[in-house]
Amino acid sequence: MNDMAAGNDLVLELRDLHVEVEGREILRGVNLSVRSGETHVLFGPNGSGKTTLLMAIMGFPRYRVTRGGVFLEGEDITALPPHERARRGIGMMFQRPPTVRGVSLEQMASICSRDDVDVGAVAGELNLTDFLARDVNHGFSGGEIKRSELLQLMAQNPDVVLLDEPESGVDMENLQLVGKAIRILLQKDLRRRRRKCGLIITHTGYILDYVEADQGHVLCEGAVVCTGNPREQLEGIRKYGFEECAKCTR
Amino acid sequence: MHALEEIRERARAAAQKPAAFGGDLDLCEYTAQPGECAYVESLEELEDLGEEELARAGVEKSGSQRSGSFVQIDGTVVHRKALEKGLEILGTREALERYDWLWDHYWKAVAVDADKFTADVELNPFEGYFMRAMPGSRTAYPLQACLYIREPRFVQRVHNIIIAEEGSELHIITGCASRHEIEMGLHLGVSEFYVKKNARVTFTMVHNWAEGMDVRPRTGVVVEEGGLFMSNYICMEAVRSLQAYPTARLVGAGATARFNSIVVGQPGSEIDLGSRVVLSAPGCSAEIISRAVTKGGRIVARGHLKGETGGIKAHLECHGLILEEGGLIYAVPELEGNHPDVDMSHEAAVGKVAQEEVEYLMARGLSEEEATAVIVRGFLNVKIEGLPPLLEREMRKMMELSESKAL
Repeated sequence: MNDMAAGNDLVLELRDLHVEVEGREILRGVNLSVRSGETHVLFGPNGSGKTTLLMAIMGFPRYRVTRGGVFLEGEDITALPPHERARRGIGMMFQRPPTVRGVSLEQMASICSRDDVDVGAVAGELNLTDFLARDVNHGFSGGEIKRSELLQLMAQNPDVVLLDEPESGVDMENLQLVGKAIRILLQKDLRRRRRKCGLIITHTGYILDYVEADQGHVLCEGAVVCTGNPREQLEGIRKYGFEECAKCTR
Repeated sequence: MHALEEIRERARAAAQKPAAFGGDLDLCEYTAQPGECAYVESLEELEDLGEEELARAGVEKSGSQRSGSFVQIDGTVVHRKALEKGLEILGTREALERYDWLWDHYWKAVAVDADKFTADVELNPFEGYFMRAMPGSRTAYPLQACLYIREPRFVQRVHNIIIAEEGSELHIITGCASRHEIEMGLHLGVSEFYVKKNARVTFTMVHNWAEGMDVRPRTGVVVEEGGLFMSNYICMEAVRSLQAYPTARLVGAGATARFNSIVVGQPGSEIDLGSRVVLSAPGCSAEIISRAVTKGGRIVARGHLKGETGGIKAHLECHGLILEEGGLIYAVPELEGNHPDVDMSHEAAVGKVAQEEVEYLMARGLSEEEATAVIVRGFLNVKIEGLPPLLEREMRKMMELSESKAL
């Protein structure tokens, strides 16, 4: 496989995805394709279905697919449980992960580990060395949770990285660290050989100052209403709000 | 001896007295006579118990990294030896013959007429260990003790007396176990602890019984000024019934007691386990932490803190996890204060494994079963403050051994 071909490989594909949560339809036919090495961002007002979309890609049972499907490198993974998806290379950063008492961050990182990642070194880079022995997420601040999630993802080294508002609740100092870690996860320093894919939910767009994105999607009422240049989209949203943004394609 | 006659009299009067908690047992059903066991000078020579059986009771056959060992099989002391200076280990009867003063500690921390089980230990042949740390003594390694039941339908009667003299440190690893095939058996274990001024005692105990075993430990602890008593108790394998309510009395200023218990209720098991601390001097503190998991068994998890004077601080934490239908956890935390200046609190929670946590781990690549196992182990993985590193390692080892069979 040459580099050009790798750059055009379809990795994650959502086809006409309909998702219900507790009997309520949240996603109404989402189509979305992420190719090898691409990073996409998702914009959308609160309640538009952004988080549901990531949860459905990860495969949590509460998010029931009623029509359409999720495909990973051509394989239909719609019926697979989350751990099978994780083992196939999908990784997710949780926005509000639960505390698991008696399970240390270090243990979590080793659970995640798909490759030989030096957890100690990564923890050092993320200023988490002192947190390794602590129960995962117990008493962690907003920024610490983000960094802990990123440590776990770096141990997992997934091919498709799902990030739910990585910048929320993070101060400027932490944002730099978070941005740097995401760049590493998504191989942003590679060009032609970059293979990692990203799908990032962002409310504020701040993360775009640290991580370049290839495509943006605006989600409204459970459907993608606009796909295009993420910076232009963000500008439009900032100027005119989501309502106008949704109208423009209609 | 007048005092002994009085003790016997009280025991006889209590011979039919049912225990305050737990199911009643008919002591007449246990008819077996103890088997013959020979005394051995070193544990290596012990042929009656294999390495694995000893390991189940937390005992290292090599005896390395131990300051001494005590092993009792059924009713016989088969080995007792102290290896470090400042330590003494004897069979309790032997010790009572040797030391007149020991009678002052006999049935003083536990009441002989508490119930029919304490009475039964007094009124029948018993053994058990006497351990004593001399004033100011400290050992590099913990002591190990094992009480093993081999004979079916046998009542193992044990009366232990543990004394940590002023300023001493005593760390004990102990296990009680029985042959797995035993269809019926009873362990009655009286333990009296005396923690003198500024002494420290840690007592880490694993129980590995069998489905047919009934177990009734009776433990009393007296802690003097500045002393510390810490108990870590693990019971994860099947037992028919287990009822115990160890009680520590903090009688000197600044005394401390901590009880940690980790219990798994296997299907068919009836467990009623509590810890009680009576704080009766200023500056005393206590902590009771209980973790109970049921796989179908019934567990009553009790805790009782009693603050009798001002300036005391105590906390009780009682968490239960129900893994299977049919399992029951009944948490009974009790706080009792009779002085305005007491600071006592408790938290209790009983529930199932949180789905949110399972999914979190599944997103990291674990199957549902694997994720549940990690969460349950984490739940039981109580952080124990103040346990020396060697003991913490040993305790982890004991827990892992139990967990691998129990979970």
